[in-house]
Amino acid sequence: MRKTNVLGLIFPNMHEEALRDLTSIRALGSVPFAGRYRLIDFTLSNMVNAGVSKVGVVTKSNYQSLMDHLGSGKAWDLSRKNDGLYILPPFGTSDESYSGRVASLAGMEAFFSNSKEEYVVMSDCHVVANIDYSKLIEAHVASGADITVGYIKGELPRMNNTMTVQVDGTDRITDIAIVDRPEGIGQFGIGLYVLRKDLLVALVKTAVSRNQMHFERDILQRYVDELSIYGYEVTEQALVISSLASYYAANMAMLDTEKRAALFRSDRQIYTKVRDCCPAMYGLNSKVTNSLVADGAHVDGTVRNSIIFRNVKIAEGAVLENCIVMQGAVVFGGTSLDSVILDKNVLVKDQRSLKGFESFPIYIEKNSIV
Amino acid sequence: MFRKQECVAMLLAGGQGSRLYALTSNIAKPAVPYGGKYRIIDFPLSNCINSGIETVGVLTQYQPLELNEYIGSGMPWDLDRSGAGVHVLPPYQRNKGADWYKGTANAIYQNIAFIERYDPEYVLVLSGDHIYKMDYSKMIEAHRANNADCTIAVIEVEMEEASRFGILNCNPDGSIYEFDEKPAVPKSNLASMGIYVFNWKKMRKYLIEDEANEASENDFGKNVLPAMLNAGERMFAYRFEGYWKDVGTIDSLWEANMDILNPKVPLDLSDHEWRIYSRNAGLPPHYIADGAKVQNSSISEGCNVAGEVEFSVLFPGVTVEEGAVIYDSILMPGAHVGKNARVQYAIVAENVEIGEGAVVGERPEDMADLKDWGVAVVAKGVKVYPGATVKAKAMIDADVKGDE
Repeated sequence: MRKTNVLGLIFPNMHEEALRDLTSIRALGSVPFAGRYRLIDFTLSNMVNAGVSKVGVVTKSNYQSLMDHLGSGKAWDLSRKNDGLYILPPFGTSDESYSGRVASLAGMEAFFSNSKEEYVVMSDCHVVANIDYSKLIEAHVASGADITVGYIKGELPRMNNTMTVQVDGTDRITDIAIVDRPEGIGQFGIGLYVLRKDLLVALVKTAVSRNQMHFERDILQRYVDELSIYGYEVTEQALVISSLASYYAANMAMLDTEKRAALFRSDRQIYTKVRDCCPAMYGLNSKVTNSLVADGAHVDGTVRNSIIFRNVKIAEGAVLENCIVMQGAVVFGGTSLDSVILDKNVLVKDQRSLKGFESFPIYIEKNSIV
Repeated sequence: MFRKQECVAMLLAGGQGSRLYALTSNIAKPAVPYGGKYRIIDFPLSNCINSGIETVGVLTQYQPLELNEYIGSGMPWDLDRSGAGVHVLPPYQRNKGADWYKGTANAIYQNIAFIERYDPEYVLVLSGDHIYKMDYSKMIEAHRANNADCTIAVIEVEMEEASRFGILNCNPDGSIYEFDEKPAVPKSNLASMGIYVFNWKKMRKYLIEDEANEASENDFGKNVLPAMLNAGERMFAYRFEGYWKDVGTIDSLWEANMDILNPKVPLDLSDHEWRIYSRNAGLPPHYIADGAKVQNSSISEGCNVAGEVEFSVLFPGVTVEEGAVIYDSILMPGAHVGKNARVQYAIVAENVEIGEGAVVGERPEDMADLKDWGVAVVAKGVKVYPGATVKAKAMIDADVKGDE
């Protein structure tokens, strides 16, 4: 008996401005991560692992690659006769795309009314974490809160519209601030919410009637005293992707065995699309250390402190250090790359040399030839 | 409703694979892991779907649990179809009694009803013993062009090895005039690959006749094919060129795995046009630690390598701790090799635990007498205690204690 009374909603387009390079051709949710994953895999797997069997993915723009990745939802066991995965593209005839979470929720009335579930768990895709959502849902029900907001205590992400929260001794949220690029240590929301479906529908309806389109500002902040809004501290390891540098750092964190183990747990697996590549092959003179290498890769060169995605080819004589090399990229011999992110299918020809810096990695866009 | 199928494939997966000894003591041979992430049966199943064959019956009777579970709905091979797809067909009880599958022909005979549902023109008979990539649709095309009743796939083997195989002697037009099972003096070097295409109506007739013949062993090679030839049916050989390897013995299984490391061997598993599908372990990419050394090896997802790996094949979820060395070996899913252990010329089955400093297998050049050398095998789930030794050629199916 794993079925829950909770509907999942994922927002794969939120916070795209934080990762402008990588999201110019794809939704944030389909940004590649850790050799074979996409950012959406984490929250989607968290939902499935908590027994959520109906998930809507609320897309806004650039969602072709995301749809290709999700397919029918089979990889997450969400290809079902009843429930399963629903991709919810923008609804309506106007040319204006959504101006916020509220507007997209307003277009989903039919999806809500066709769902029997009593609660909704909503999540963005910019946090890489293996979170036990069943505990979050339990806490929401136990506290009797109207809305529960998942938050993290730690270094504030330097991104726009960061929501910081203050809680009292019972974890009730007493104050909400929405800040651009905050600094220091604090408590901040990660775009993770649980609430009753009928309450969500009512709140959205009211907000839309007043042309208030910002969920955090126009609903949470506005009603912080009227509604009982509780915080739920996420204590699992969480890597917040708020910039290219933090995206790079989150990938590199996967070279740490303990951090990798905290994300990829055998009791709560992270699922992703299966590509049926053959295992990775290492050539006679390959030298690989402290690296994560995916199936289908073919390594004949030297690789240190790097993340190598599926079907990447690294020729003999190439030297890669501190790099992220995405699916299908090919690196010729005689090259030297340090702190470089190669997007999908990039070709780096002989004798090229590129060097970025840890806090300022060089990004080479998809399909480029260097 | 069952859709009419031009061709139904019947995969003979009931063999015990007794020459794989401890590796098949509780799984059927087609379920034996091969090639870093596959199982043997992935090859014929992937060949089927890549050839456009959507209906496959898998005939099982020996230790079917793991094979059944592996095949499941057929989803990994895109064979989860309504009114078609892959079906596991174990022997079953009827009102006049129950039989095991007595032979290869009898296994198909007992499933005539399954085949009839699809009203096929052709039936393709496959075995689960070989690693190869083959477009069956070309073979069926040749069968049709020859207006044949039965077509048998053949591969050229070295003349000196021909006496180990079932040899087909053919006329210049490719029609078969004689079967020569393991001939002392072979007349040709065309070996049968155990892949047959039959016209279903003819096949059905011969299966029924064969079943009625008390003296028959109900075997394709021994009974049905010779009967068809004697009756003057049109039987043709279809030449296959490419990689084809039997994995029925410990040595051939080891060699076939080593073949994927050899770029000169024409078996390309990375060919996107002819993918080999398998059930995915769903693990993160593998991690190669600082201080590790990996050369000329195949490593799959979920592995953690801190030691030295050369000329070896690591299946998903294998751990090699620091100081451990793996040479010329095959480590199946979930195997764990402790610190400073040494594994060489060995097949280490699923979830085996090799303790710190243990030694498994030996190098041929270190042997006093080469006659004593061979690939060492450690069966599924066995624990080799720290400091323990497993000799060359050993076949270990119980825990090995160290020298106390």
